[in-house]
Amino acid sequence: MKLIVQNGRLIDPSQNLDATLDLFVENQKIVAIGEAPAGFEDAELVDASGKWVLPGLVDLAVALREPGQTQKGSIASEGRAAVAGGVTTLVCPPDTSPIVDTPAVAALIQDKADEAGMANVFPTGALTQGLAGEQLSNMVALTEAGCVAVSNGRYEMKNNKVLSRALEYAATHDLLVVFHPEDTSLADGGCAHEGLYSTMHGLTGIPDTAETVALMRDLLLVEKTGVRAHFARLSCAKSVEMIADAKATGLDVTADVALHNILLSDDILNQFDGRFHVRPPLRGEGDRLTLIEGLKQGVISAICSDHQPHEKMAKIAPFAATEPGMANVEVLLPLAMTLLDEGDLDFATLLSCLTSGPAACFGLEAGSLAVGSFADFILFDSTARWYWDSSKRKTKGHNSPYFGDEFIGQVTDTYISGQRIYQLS
Amino acid sequence: MMRSEPRALQLNDDGQLKHFLTLDGLDKTILTEILDRADSFLTMGEQSVKKVPLLRGRTVVNLFFENSTRTRTTFELAAKRLSADVINLNIETSATSKGESLLDTLQNLEAMQSDMFVVRHSDSGAAHFIAEHCTPNVAIINAGDGRHAHPTQAMLDMLTIRRHKGQFTGLKVAIVGDILHSRVARSQLQALTTLGVEEVRLVGPKTLVPSFFAEMGAQICHDLEAGIQDVDVVIMLRLQKERMKGALLPSESEFYRLYGLTEESLSWAKPDAIVMHPGPINRGVEISSEVADGERSVILNQVTNGIAVRMAVMSMAMSGQLQQVDTAQAGEGEA
Repeated sequence: MKLIVQNGRLIDPSQNLDATLDLFVENQKIVAIGEAPAGFEDAELVDASGKWVLPGLVDLAVALREPGQTQKGSIASEGRAAVAGGVTTLVCPPDTSPIVDTPAVAALIQDKADEAGMANVFPTGALTQGLAGEQLSNMVALTEAGCVAVSNGRYEMKNNKVLSRALEYAATHDLLVVFHPEDTSLADGGCAHEGLYSTMHGLTGIPDTAETVALMRDLLLVEKTGVRAHFARLSCAKSVEMIADAKATGLDVTADVALHNILLSDDILNQFDGRFHVRPPLRGEGDRLTLIEGLKQGVISAICSDHQPHEKMAKIAPFAATEPGMANVEVLLPLAMTLLDEGDLDFATLLSCLTSGPAACFGLEAGSLAVGSFADFILFDSTARWYWDSSKRKTKGHNSPYFGDEFIGQVTDTYISGQRIYQLS
Repeated sequence: MMRSEPRALQLNDDGQLKHFLTLDGLDKTILTEILDRADSFLTMGEQSVKKVPLLRGRTVVNLFFENSTRTRTTFELAAKRLSADVINLNIETSATSKGESLLDTLQNLEAMQSDMFVVRHSDSGAAHFIAEHCTPNVAIINAGDGRHAHPTQAMLDMLTIRRHKGQFTGLKVAIVGDILHSRVARSQLQALTTLGVEEVRLVGPKTLVPSFFAEMGAQICHDLEAGIQDVDVVIMLRLQKERMKGALLPSESEFYRLYGLTEESLSWAKPDAIVMHPGPINRGVEISSEVADGERSVILNQVTNGIAVRMAVMSMAMSGQLQQVDTAQAGEGEA
């Protein structure tokens, strides 16, 4: 099957490309930009006039909730939400039920994703069996079954010795380990950033040291074991500095941040609104600005939605009693673009952090419009003004604070391997 | 829809109280009105008929998700002196223990057509949550939510201070003990700063008095002598026994030695300084018996004042609710 995507404004930070050019697709891949290759005939035409043609977004944190928690979401529903948001490749965490600690569960997720026919889904395998932090998982078997990395999420390791051994084993087989740095004892019982607002409102705080103490330990063990490491959902200013220092000393580390942690700070707690209960918590304004600076400087190379869909009742309770997480994958790009309004980031950096940046962190063949890449791309109407109507949402999640908000810019079409998977109705 | 700021949620269109959730956002005029009204109720307890008909025909439900005999009793007395019908529900041992959500419990109680909920809950923001999710014509009075607020306790403390000191301007007040976990201290700090005291000092070790309180307008002291030097009012807070096990303090005895209020340490305050405590008292942990029972102690006055303040707040909130309902109905009629 051949496609010619005509007259669109092609923007691809991975190639420093921003020009109105045609895009040529054959056999699932991009075969040319600008001029048609010799003998390129009988192609289907896609009119992209007035639209932007962007690489499909790569989201390193989308909880699909399946298997085990289908009251919150399913591979099909959250996959639909993802492609509506322009996400063509996503990575899901191992904390399903059962946990992704056997090849069978990893295979099940991918089979269901294939059946749903939505975004490309890559599971993360558990670093330890049952995420219990005691016995190493069969991590090589997990990666052979399609897991792109291993992680223990925010689940506690029994002790540093187990962690060190797990990293040594992963390093032996050149596996990527994803860290969610959090000292569970320092974070224990907390639901909000430890600062003025949590103090004022009597919410138990999670200090930034809960993240940085764990991050320092993790970095020392990464240095010792030589494992490839990715640090997920950083939230503190100090963490940015620590990752920058680690990179400067030559450690093979990458990092990401959740979109809400760079959009919001803890002053929003004034409303006691459980929809803003996330983990790691929304930090202070200084943290937020430093995270953005980290993106600008390339210390952090990925922005993810950290999509955590929940059923309605999960958020109908006093703040601390609500379940943490937001469900924003469906509006990832237009929501991220609100950062441009404040002049915090330029579009090329932002788009890079949503496409080639995350793809590079996990070594995924995605996030680029370069010739030879899979034809995963989206058409984006940058001028569309629209409201996100919760009754028409694709996600099963009821927990976005952005339902009812007006956005400027909308994904109109999503293509994966040259196939149109989503079209705005 | 975003949730409301505390001030917008608590006040009706005319700026009158319709819920009483927190002192955050309430101005000096409203706080003074509460105190003035409470003053007028104070003498009622000495009369043979201790009732006024301000809440006659209204149903007040004491919803206590957390035990507190003293607070519940004073709310019950206050409601009865306002002629309301009162129901006490200890939710901790009933509905929620059977797995019912807070919202389900509320909806059932609303269906019983109550007019006012007095709520105590272990989660910060619970009263705020209930006010957001209840039918609009039910007044919510916060009787203590988590570590967040205990506004009627703070107002009864303000009434006690005013009755003994006459005014707030120029006063120096020390609050001593476990500030971190105290909803009372948070509300007291807001009340004292709104009412215009010269200085509020929060006294205790760093584990119980984090630096963020300075951003709320308090002066932080980790030394008792510096903390209560020349103050007009010393407010001691209750120290929960479980704090000893949580690595916040080494022992009761060390806490008492460093921060306990004794005859000797009280001598650092002004000679006419009064001593307050929200109760119940841990004698020999945060305060000595000599001080607690001494002539400068106004602890029992606080209890008496609590009934008057609760009557004031309940009558004002009910009145604000009714006015809001009347306004809404008139609006519908015009449409």
